[in-house]
Amino acid sequence: MNPSRPLATHVAVRDGRILGVGALEELSGWGPYRLETRLADKVLMPGLVEGHSHLMEGAFWRFVYCGYFDRRDPNGRVWPGARTLAEVLQRLQEAQAALADPTQPLAGWGFDPIYFDNRRCVREDLDRVSTTRPVGMIHASGHIINCNSAALAAVGWLRSGIDHPGVPLGTDGLPTGELKGPEAMMQVAGVLGMDRTVLAGDKAALRLFSRLCVRAGVTTATDLASPLPDEALPMLLRTTAEDGFPTRIVPLLRLMGGPEPTILRAAALQAQGSDRLRLGRVKIVADGSIQGFSARLRWPGYYNGAPNGLWYLAPEQLQQALALALQHGVQVHVHTNGDEATDAVLDGLERALQQYPRPDHRFTLQHCQLADAAQFRRMKALGLSVNLFANHHFYWGDEHYRLTVGPERATRMNACATALASGVPLAIHSDAPITPLAPLFTAWCAVHRLTASGRTLGEHERIGVADALRAITLGAAWTLKLDGEIGSIECGKRADFCVLDDDPLALPAMQLKDLPVWGVVQDGRIFAAAELPTD
Amino acid sequence: MKVSAPIPVSVIGGYLGAGKTTLVNHLLRHAGGRRLAVLVNDFGELPIDDALIEARDGNLLRLAGGCVCCSFGSDLLGALQQLSALSPPPQQLLLECSGVARPGAVARTLTLLPALQRDAVLVLADAESLRERAADRYVGELVQQQLAEADLIALNKCDRIDAATLPALQAWLADAAPRARVLPCTQGRLPPELLFGTGTAPRAGTTGPAHDASQTFASVSFEFAHAVDAQRLAGALTDPALGLLRAKGLLRDAQGAWCVLQLVGSRCQVEALPGPPPALSRLVGIGLRARWDPAALRQRLEDCRA
Repeated sequence: MNPSRPLATHVAVRDGRILGVGALEELSGWGPYRLETRLADKVLMPGLVEGHSHLMEGAFWRFVYCGYFDRRDPNGRVWPGARTLAEVLQRLQEAQAALADPTQPLAGWGFDPIYFDNRRCVREDLDRVSTTRPVGMIHASGHIINCNSAALAAVGWLRSGIDHPGVPLGTDGLPTGELKGPEAMMQVAGVLGMDRTVLAGDKAALRLFSRLCVRAGVTTATDLASPLPDEALPMLLRTTAEDGFPTRIVPLLRLMGGPEPTILRAAALQAQGSDRLRLGRVKIVADGSIQGFSARLRWPGYYNGAPNGLWYLAPEQLQQALALALQHGVQVHVHTNGDEATDAVLDGLERALQQYPRPDHRFTLQHCQLADAAQFRRMKALGLSVNLFANHHFYWGDEHYRLTVGPERATRMNACATALASGVPLAIHSDAPITPLAPLFTAWCAVHRLTASGRTLGEHERIGVADALRAITLGAAWTLKLDGEIGSIECGKRADFCVLDDDPLALPAMQLKDLPVWGVVQDGRIFAAAELPTD
Repeated sequence: MKVSAPIPVSVIGGYLGAGKTTLVNHLLRHAGGRRLAVLVNDFGELPIDDALIEARDGNLLRLAGGCVCCSFGSDLLGALQQLSALSPPPQQLLLECSGVARPGAVARTLTLLPALQRDAVLVLADAESLRERAADRYVGELVQQQLAEADLIALNKCDRIDAATLPALQAWLADAAPRARVLPCTQGRLPPELLFGTGTAPRAGTTGPAHDASQTFASVSFEFAHAVDAQRLAGALTDPALGLLRAKGLLRDAQGAWCVLQLVGSRCQVEALPGPPPALSRLVGIGLRARWDPAALRQRLEDCRA
């Protein structure tokens, strides 16, 4: 990523920053040095930047992993995917053996029954795990919970008379135990110990999250987004400042309700951060999700005829928020999944910029999964960057093809090649914990566009390995306005490296996702994955 | 254990700028001694007169006269539970939806909490900009859905449209929201009775002039000793020709059992009376003066004698 030294044998580091890159002989001109040889047989690339993740990934690991795919936990243990509902239930039963109190709740995460031949999980299934304790699992998508009868009873829902779209009923008139959407989920999530303060990330979650970052080669990661309550700030500042804390965290403040208080608070937060806790950016959520049919789509809408999704913020308020942010110099990232929501941002920003012109505002569209070529051209014209959800193809691409948007639009989703061709600065992301925090896997997804069933979804939108690696380093750094500090190995930048056992550019591209990560160097400090604390 | 009667919850919906906040403030000013609890998305959207605020307690404002105001942010159910657990419990909840919420969906949420009961779903519309909003490429469909889900549509800001526009708007609404009753108003000045349900009669002498009742609205009250077929009466009262917007009856049927009849817009339901019966049956109603016909109403009542 450094054109003057695209490849080098040595890098000199002082005070956590890069003094120079080149041959040892070139660097020795900086004066006396100590030669660090621990990484002599490794490959250093710029520290990876995860431009869209959530600290929740750290919080989830205190619950039972119930996903279909293998997943590595913060301690480095790989949990094998549970390939049938019976395996999922067995895993919950095993976890239950460690619980002494028969009423203590048991919660799982990462459940993905779309791979179980559409066999729905109902409360009777989870009653086989326990009839005394609340038992439930949140889906990999984050949009659904399945729970047992005890969990329903705990919130007073094991009764007839409920009429709510998120709480389907069985033939007996009682809830089936499937709870869809935040409103239906929240109460039971609380009973299961997954309330929002837990999921937003406490100190323990932050530490677990940072260990996952080291294992994935990530040196800077976003928390997109957080309510960032005032009382949480000292904890965040203290924990990230600890000597052994290996990650730079960039939490974005979530805009809720009327825009003005959030924008002004973000402006005030800009001065309160530290090197390892970067504050003062805002995230806005414009619509829902495509697989949950809550994203706002333009004509002709959903392939299966589902009604259009929801506005999470009125387009007028969106425009007002963008204008205020431009006025006060606050950077904004906007979640749009559907292409109509993307249009609302494009229209809103166009008007807001006439009101408050601001060069290099660096506003970024997050997910932006359905954007077409014309929308990318408008992004370029308006100075927007984009962070596309490359991992989605692997996990839900087959569903998008079959059900949500249909074959044609599924092949253009997360159009990385179009973004690059249009000159829109590009990042790609995992949205961890929705999919695993692993930028090299995310790069592999953007390079191959393979679905779980093996279909290549949009050959024409595949990008090269070098472009994909740029998207998970300098590209993501750009979207955070940190590209002058991180994202490449260049004189003056932070000494943040992803340490690999092999060269990602020399390997067959299909192996990119399997490339072992040895650890990271962050601010000049070496963190080997194998030497991380475990618990 | 005494099971207390569910608290009625009226839902106030409508797109941004329709006048929801003005209406809520109007209702708070004319609470008439009722203990109201108002839920709003966030306080930023409901500027409350500081003089009214007696205490602040997290997301709860305690107002003079026993009313409270609560911001729900992204946890509506949590806030509803919090309010229903207050002691003494509020007599009536008013839920101000966000401008992009579907009021019908919000009303269905109430079925998740047995301590609460759906009351009126009132959707406000800005008479001046309604047609434009309803055709907007981003929110037109949403605005139309909001209207279609209403029991009552308050066509607000009618002072800003000319005389010829009102009937045209009403005709358009009859098509867009066939189930709803439409009531024109200005500055959200509605009779509080339209939104306040069971068990929330004002204390005598506490209600000031809350609205331009003499011009727009009319009310009626009957007391009678005879038994009625309450289900038949419920059907009869939904006839739009009667101009009724809301009615409540405490009625004795042929078997001597007492029941409560509640009419909101075109929705009417009859349930067993939870409390002690009154001496006489009673029916009160409020409607639009322009279509008001108490004689026809009395005739329907007669027709439904048991």
